[in-house]
Amino acid sequence: MLELITFSTLNGVLYGMLLFMMASGLTLIFSMMGVLNFAHASFYMLGAYFGFEIARHIGFWPAFVVAPLLVGGIGAIVERYGLRQVHKYGHVPELLFTFGLAFVIEEIVQMFWGKLPVDYRTPPSLDFVAFRLFDTTYPAYRMFMLVTAVAMFVFLLAILTRTRVGLIIQASLTHPNMVAMLGHDVPKIFMLVFGVGAALAGLAGVIAGPALVTQPSMAALLGPILFVVIVVGGLGSLSGAFVASILIGLVQTFAVAINASLTDLFGPTIGAALGDLGNVTVAQVAPVIPYLLLVLILIFRPTGLFGTRES
Amino acid sequence: MTMLNRALPWVLLALAFALLPKILTSNTAITMLAMMSINIVFALSYNVLLGQTGLLSFGHAVYYGLAGFFAIHAMNTVVRQGLGVPLPFIPIVGGAAGLFFAFIFGWVSTRRAGTVFSMISLGLGELVAASSLILRGFFGGEEGVTANRTKLPSFLGHKFGPQIEVYYLIAFWAFVCIVLMYALTRTPFGRMCNAVRENPERAEFVGYSTQRVRFISFCLSGFFAGVAGALAAINFEIMNAQSVGAAQSGSVLLMTYAGGAGYFFGPIIGAIIITWLQITLSDVTGAWMLYFGLLFILVVMFSPGGIAGWLMLHQPVWRAGRLGKLAPSYALAAAPMAMMLLGAIMIIEAAHHQLVKAAGDGPAMHFLGLSLNSNSPLTWAVAIGLFALGVFGLRLVWPRISDAWGAALANDKAGA
Repeated sequence: MLELITFSTLNGVLYGMLLFMMASGLTLIFSMMGVLNFAHASFYMLGAYFGFEIARHIGFWPAFVVAPLLVGGIGAIVERYGLRQVHKYGHVPELLFTFGLAFVIEEIVQMFWGKLPVDYRTPPSLDFVAFRLFDTTYPAYRMFMLVTAVAMFVFLLAILTRTRVGLIIQASLTHPNMVAMLGHDVPKIFMLVFGVGAALAGLAGVIAGPALVTQPSMAALLGPILFVVIVVGGLGSLSGAFVASILIGLVQTFAVAINASLTDLFGPTIGAALGDLGNVTVAQVAPVIPYLLLVLILIFRPTGLFGTRES
Repeated sequence: MTMLNRALPWVLLALAFALLPKILTSNTAITMLAMMSINIVFALSYNVLLGQTGLLSFGHAVYYGLAGFFAIHAMNTVVRQGLGVPLPFIPIVGGAAGLFFAFIFGWVSTRRAGTVFSMISLGLGELVAASSLILRGFFGGEEGVTANRTKLPSFLGHKFGPQIEVYYLIAFWAFVCIVLMYALTRTPFGRMCNAVRENPERAEFVGYSTQRVRFISFCLSGFFAGVAGALAAINFEIMNAQSVGAAQSGSVLLMTYAGGAGYFFGPIIGAIIITWLQITLSDVTGAWMLYFGLLFILVVMFSPGGIAGWLMLHQPVWRAGRLGKLAPSYALAAAPMAMMLLGAIMIIEAAHHQLVKAAGDGPAMHFLGLSLNSNSPLTWAVAIGLFALGVFGLRLVWPRISDAWGAALANDKAGA
């Protein structure tokens, strides 16, 4: 039991940190530009595939650096030549643009790498056992993922709170017009934030690719969870996104590990009365839990955990 | 005269529904017409939300799919229990199911408008899609649930075995739904929906609860989506988990938006074109999903009003009888446009062939009756050259088009 709790906590925090790497960019982009980027998870997928391709030809460490930069560049181009054109029509076309983009990216990835998962492996230099606890080993690669995610988080926080650029970004979150009047190029800041957000998602993809499965549906599987994270955390709130990421990471990891059903809990008579529902185990329900959480949050606390605004 | 003018489109619509299968008599054509009719109802029901009330939903397939499952189960129950309900009444069951679920989910989601509403709808869509794989008793797991429509009691002597009889059943319901949804846009409530879309604050000042208007609109939309779902269940005699999924929701969004959410007839155009593309394109090319994605992006970027919006742009010019002034510049733009399209399609097809099929079938490919080699630089040079020339040509003639537009509209003002 203790073993299960320890490892689920570790994995949950790890998954949560990965979620946060994407959710942070998504929530920053949303609060700055009002655009809910549907293609954000697609950037994560591109990161994984670029990482796979570069790692196959050159090596994992170059991929670790180059792939996120490539994805960030693509993100910046998408903002400059796509989103900015659509901006004048309003928020709904912007949202739909990213929706279509997610679709196109998935199809292009399928065209290049096929519909089946690709063989993106843990680099040999990180392929060893980190530690052993209660007779279960924990791979070093997962520790590496955790360290990368935490380092990224600290780095982002430092930039946002301690540098001039961070100050301007924070200011243009709330007062874009004022920032523009002070002589800053707000569209350029938007492009920068969009690019950095995409690069962060790409980095998450590069490091998550070998641990999870690198396949064309990975964006569609993760995208909705990201929305849940930023709504539960409160739109536009970075700390909220952090808490919600960890929360959802833990909830999902623990749920997968629990193999109990309502029949086990209430006994066979009530279980039989519930029909199908009685036999469903918690592990099977795991994919649904984030969405249930979303609905509950929206009923009881519409602004999200840390949010201050309703939309 | 005005009465006649008003009734004319509806008479034409009814005639189209009644006579099209007499002209297009092949079985595939009738199947396609049936699917178009279903999708028209589905897309129009979506437009009650998007176009009329300004709610962008990413989970509309929930009401379509769940209602479809209810309709399938209702058909099976009728057969099993020997009830005297003939097939044409099954869509009412679907509509009721759609209404029921819209009532429940709408209560949660319509508390908010805008982006948050979109996200909730996405979450609810994922919730139902994930549940559909868990609750196997109701959703039938991977293979879905089947029914046999011919086992139901006959209606006026019809057993609805042949596709043509099913088509007329679907066409009847589609016509009724289209009329009802159009009527809805003319009611005070329909106008209130527009007010809530345009300016929620003022709508509140007039004394309406925007939340309630959104909720009622959501329920009505769910009802019509439910009818569409039940019609699909009758048509295919099978429902599976995909029909509640994100792809189905995306498809109805594409139909409505590409057709034009701003006009009542927009989603009808969209449903017809997209259904036709879905059926024909998937036979022609393996990259058809990519074309849909690109089409969607292009519409969003260059014609946010959709096809209907683009057509209606010409209405004032047409009224003034100056459409002829636009014709020469359009004809001029047609050539580079065709080159660009041809080049783009060639690039996509050659890339698709080279990346997906060349490993198994070799680099030889067929493109519009030509035999090409997807591996040769010549193919690529021609494709990219065509595309680039088209883009360049379009840039050249673009000022002429805007000049022609300026002339057509300026004369209009001078004439008035």
